[in-house]
Amino acid sequence: MAINPKKHDMPTQTPSVRANNFNEVALGYTQEIAIAEAERCLNCKNKPCVSGCPVNIDIPNFISKIKDGNFEEAYNIISLSSSLPAVCGRVCPQETQCESKCTLGIKLEPVGIGRLERFVADWHNENSKEIPNKPQSNGHKVAVVGSGPSGLTCAGDLAKAGYEVTVFEALHTAGGVLVYGIPEFRLPKSIVAKEVDTLKQLGVDIQTNVVIGKTLTIDELFNMGYEAVFIGSGAGLPNFMGIPGESLKGVYSANEFLTRSNLMKAYYGNPSTPIMKGGKVAVVGGGNVAMDAARTALRLGAEKVYIVYRRSLAELPARNEEVEHAVDEGIDFKLLCNPVEILGYSNPNNPRDEKNGFVTGIKCIKMQLGEPDEKGRRRPIEIPDSEFVLDVDTVIISIGTSPNPLIKNTTDGLEVNSRGGIIVTEDGLTSREGVYAGGDAVTGAATVISAMGAGKVAAKAIDEYLSEN
Amino acid sequence: MYKIITKIELNPTVTQMEIHAPLVANKAQPGQFIILRVDQDGERIPLTVAGINKENGTVKIIFQIVGATTNKLNHKNVGEFIEDFVGPLGEPTHIDGLKKVCIIGGGVGCAIAMPIAEALHNQGADVTSIIGFRNKDLVILENEFNACSDKLYIMTDDGSYGREGNVCVPLTEMLSNGEQFDMIITIGPLIMMKFVVEAARPYGTPVTVSMNPIMIDGTGMCGGCRLTLNIDGKRVTKFACVDGPDFDGYQVDFDEAMSRSRMYSDFEHHAYKDSCNLFRKA
Repeated sequence: MAINPKKHDMPTQTPSVRANNFNEVALGYTQEIAIAEAERCLNCKNKPCVSGCPVNIDIPNFISKIKDGNFEEAYNIISLSSSLPAVCGRVCPQETQCESKCTLGIKLEPVGIGRLERFVADWHNENSKEIPNKPQSNGHKVAVVGSGPSGLTCAGDLAKAGYEVTVFEALHTAGGVLVYGIPEFRLPKSIVAKEVDTLKQLGVDIQTNVVIGKTLTIDELFNMGYEAVFIGSGAGLPNFMGIPGESLKGVYSANEFLTRSNLMKAYYGNPSTPIMKGGKVAVVGGGNVAMDAARTALRLGAEKVYIVYRRSLAELPARNEEVEHAVDEGIDFKLLCNPVEILGYSNPNNPRDEKNGFVTGIKCIKMQLGEPDEKGRRRPIEIPDSEFVLDVDTVIISIGTSPNPLIKNTTDGLEVNSRGGIIVTEDGLTSREGVYAGGDAVTGAATVISAMGAGKVAAKAIDEYLSEN
Repeated sequence: MYKIITKIELNPTVTQMEIHAPLVANKAQPGQFIILRVDQDGERIPLTVAGINKENGTVKIIFQIVGATTNKLNHKNVGEFIEDFVGPLGEPTHIDGLKKVCIIGGGVGCAIAMPIAEALHNQGADVTSIIGFRNKDLVILENEFNACSDKLYIMTDDGSYGREGNVCVPLTEMLSNGEQFDMIITIGPLIMMKFVVEAARPYGTPVTVSMNPIMIDGTGMCGGCRLTLNIDGKRVTKFACVDGPDFDGYQVDFDEAMSRSRMYSDFEHHAYKDSCNLFRKA
């Protein structure tokens, strides 16, 4: 039987409908589609796809269980390597990871590994009544700082190995970027909550409202009896561009805009936390976070949403799928454009005019691509005298984040690099004994799955460290 | 959940509460702040610490009922709980080595100024306090300031209590009479702090101001609390939550901060009205 050259399409809400709601865009494979997609897998002996997975899921093995219709067994295989399959199936950049190594991909489209992973996780969440057992304690206490993807993964692996794990979260809800950053239409909050509940059933204690570096320090955690600490505090501080007008009313960092919508549930019509809605919006940047912000603005009622990005379509760092979804929903991409100033309203005759200080537009300059830079990306160069103004009411700056200094500043002997990222060994060990770190706190803004991979590596190293002592 | 241990109405629009939050109490220092949520789905609001009792594990907060959230908070009573209470956040006020200080509080800002005045008094500094209010009914913490101040000026806008006029009147009198301070520390409405800075400028007295802008997470993550400092002719963005809340008053762009503080004023007005209606029906 000839192999279908294309992966099975992901059923989605139609763009015109989903642009007006916060429900999940991708609806997930049905059993029939999942089995048909699984049939495309060649079950290669050397498993190239596994080498593309930061947590080394045994991909051909779980896919073969789908072929057999044994979805629970497929879930068990994924669970051996991943604590958050329903999350990864949704937000991993599979096209640059496992799927990029797929043998089928040499001539045809690779197997839809991410879609199959999601199918299996959703099937389990819907059908399995199994409650994970709390393993017997080995008496060792470990503290995990931050409940984002790296922290949850590290906590999960350690709990499964019998450690007594406490996760300290600064915000009022566990999940980190999965809750405050990634919007409902891409990763429903209920899925994150379910993954967090699973960890609690494994015995993980989650303490919200504790800011490590403020409420407690790393040294105090050791004094409290924790024998090892994992820092997964994420990439905190949003970067701004340093152009005039960034403090006007209506200018947000993507972090702030998404936090207001996601964590504070402005998306849900929660009246307590305000957000600028409607009007025209420009999002500056081209990553996944920029796509999330643009599509959130659209769903909150914006009449027009632009993405302003200084390179071309080919260099957009966002996942293809997110870009395609954004285009389908009507987001207007202003490529090869760079903002030079944000313009605001000012009534010279009335300093008390209530419109004073609100954004009225963003002035951009057109760019062209020059020679590749050290990373191989072609450097954007301004085209002289090509400025133009986009009329907008809201500007969302989404050009990355820098690591948060709170922990570094309160932990003697914790070394960081020039960008503020915590320096670690291959095993995630920092310059302090018993202190491990991973995720964006180490690398700067990266992906959910690479953070999970780091959490996993650190959990293994912590286990070895505490087993020796 | 965090229990309300005491609640005192300081004046018709200002309430003081002690909240049981041992981890926060253990660490908090004057000048730092906390963030609270009254209930699930509530807004996160920053409030500066107004007192700390490490033994009882309580943190004192003093708030003015200005919006929906503070209105909801004011409807909570002793023995009830608030949903979230996190801190201490921000940097403590730097008071080390200060020997002669002028503390200037405006309105509910006096609640934040008081523990700083107290800490200075306890370290043996000479403390002159100027506290200003709109009228007699709004005066708070007079006894507390009396106890820790070598000199105390109470000002009201309408002259109904203390002296008539704003807080800059006695400050200017003292400075022009040659009185010298190591530092002026001022906490209150933005416009008041701006004028305190202007009053001190001719004399070059250092001024520390306490900024309390719109915040969400309070840990540097959202950038909503950003403000602009003018440092050596350069405009520098700072986050009040991690770099502050105290800043050098001469560097702060107050006009921008005032504009930003009104970003949601229309929204807040409606939310406040709705919250009042809610409690009226109840």
